Amino acid sequence: MAERFDVVVVGAGPAGSAAALVAARSGLSVLLLERGPFPGAKNMFGGVVYCRILDTLVPNWWTEAPVQRWVTRRQTMVLADGQALTVDFRNQNWGSEPYNGATAYRAEFDAWLASKAEEAGATLVCSTTATGLLTSESGRVHGVRTDRPDGEVEASVVIACDGVNSFLAKEAGLYPNWSADHYTVGVKEVLALPSAAIEERCGLGGDEGMDIEILGGTGGVPGGGFFYTNRDTVAVGVVLSVAGLRDSGRRPEEIIADLKAHPAIAPLVRGGELVEFTAHTIPEAGLAGMPRTVGDGILVAGDAAHLCLAAGIWLEGVNFAIGSGAFAAETAVEAIRAGDTSARGLAGYRRRMANSFVLADHKKLRHAPHLILGERAQTRYPRLICQLAEQVFTITNPDPKLGVRRWARRAMRDSGVRLHELAKDAWTGWRSFG
Amino acid sequence: MNPGSDIGFEDRMATVEFRVADRPHITVDREVCRSCTTKACVHVCPAGLFVPTADGGILFNYEQCFECGTCYMVCNEAGAITWSYPEGGQGVVMRRS
Repeated sequence: MAERFDVVVVGAGPAGSAAALVAARSGLSVLLLERGPFPGAKNMFGGVVYCRILDTLVPNWWTEAPVQRWVTRRQTMVLADGQALTVDFRNQNWGSEPYNGATAYRAEFDAWLASKAEEAGATLVCSTTATGLLTSESGRVHGVRTDRPDGEVEASVVIACDGVNSFLAKEAGLYPNWSADHYTVGVKEVLALPSAAIEERCGLGGDEGMDIEILGGTGGVPGGGFFYTNRDTVAVGVVLSVAGLRDSGRRPEEIIADLKAHPAIAPLVRGGELVEFTAHTIPEAGLAGMPRTVGDGILVAGDAAHLCLAAGIWLEGVNFAIGSGAFAAETAVEAIRAGDTSARGLAGYRRRMANSFVLADHKKLRHAPHLILGERAQTRYPRLICQLAEQVFTITNPDPKLGVRRWARRAMRDSGVRLHELAKDAWTGWRSFG
Repeated sequence: MNPGSDIGFEDRMATVEFRVADRPHITVDREVCRSCTTKACVHVCPAGLFVPTADGGILFNYEQCFECGTCYMVCNEAGAITWSYPEGGQGVVMRRS
């Protein structure tokens, strides 16, 4: 290659394709590199794309995006041994334009978004790994090295969308506070079932989908579970704190097996034939895990910038990737036009993110990941909630009903929850979610 | 091998497409592993690529790697696991995830 582009985007996931799309539309020359044989080949997620962010980038995206099902049924489920308490929200409005969330196969969705970048004029090159940065003596990034013969590419701005492990951001020194404690690993089974069976089990119409976020189904390893529906497959999996998994001594597939055996999940997955088993790490620490996103000649977006929102009831990533990628590109366009692509010239990226959900949601929810992955939220509160429900709904005749206050006191004692800890966590929760 | 599951581990891994590169993208310094007391890579790797040997070392294969990175994140013996991405076009190919 040994070519020169205005912008080189590394990684054709949602962040990279959104960046390439915006930069190419502004008339810049853009190279979009992807190490997989096609965009999406290396990508896996917990199931739902929230596409509102696409409205301006690809008007009427829903007429063309490769979607599996439109999520019209959303559950948050709290599991204890043999017990489940579920909040089940059904909203038919989400089943029609402009929609809210969709399940998708990343191999299809990411390839589609990359094709939009190509249509806008970006050059997509797959099967090419960026192996490092081209850096001047002063530390300024001016391109990337790839594993192709003569594979150096010069660029005014490199946008690193190279995913959760982002070797480029690390090489650029943007991850001074990197810690394994900031990551979870998602492990997932995709199970084939006839679409009619999926619709019957989950109470869905033809192109409607269901998504369940699960707290407490991971055998004490901090994390959570998920289940969602595709057209003729369902996906079930767990997200596990890397440190928690390390300390547990347990195998990930065994934890999935236990979740699948839970009476609340078993009827949904019964008879499903395993057609794909995958794993991926997830940046889940929120603001605490974020790197510096701006360097001299380089911007970082998507998972590479630690932009996954893991806040219990909200699990989002693709939308943050698309949003940050688009902002990175806008910033690159502005900096190139102004003739200053140093960190100072690129500083608008951070401001753009701060003025939108991309950083604002992370700031608001900065205490949520720690709260959700804490031992109390993981083990004691699910037990407390399920035991309270059990007492409320168990008829103990001839004994009279004790009343919620005494049931709560008993449930707190049995689940080992102390009032001052509960109050503290409730306050943290209120400050985050309120 | 995998109690509690309805499918053997080899069959489980056979559901995923891997394009095996000639060159391994993971290298393991087995001398360092010998002194490691935890060997957490063995149980955390979703693909089960790390296997302890009788003499206290680690055997591994890179061929069915999800490229997730969990192994290097848990490796507490500095420099034991060196990890990068496979060359372009090689490695895991996920289609319905």
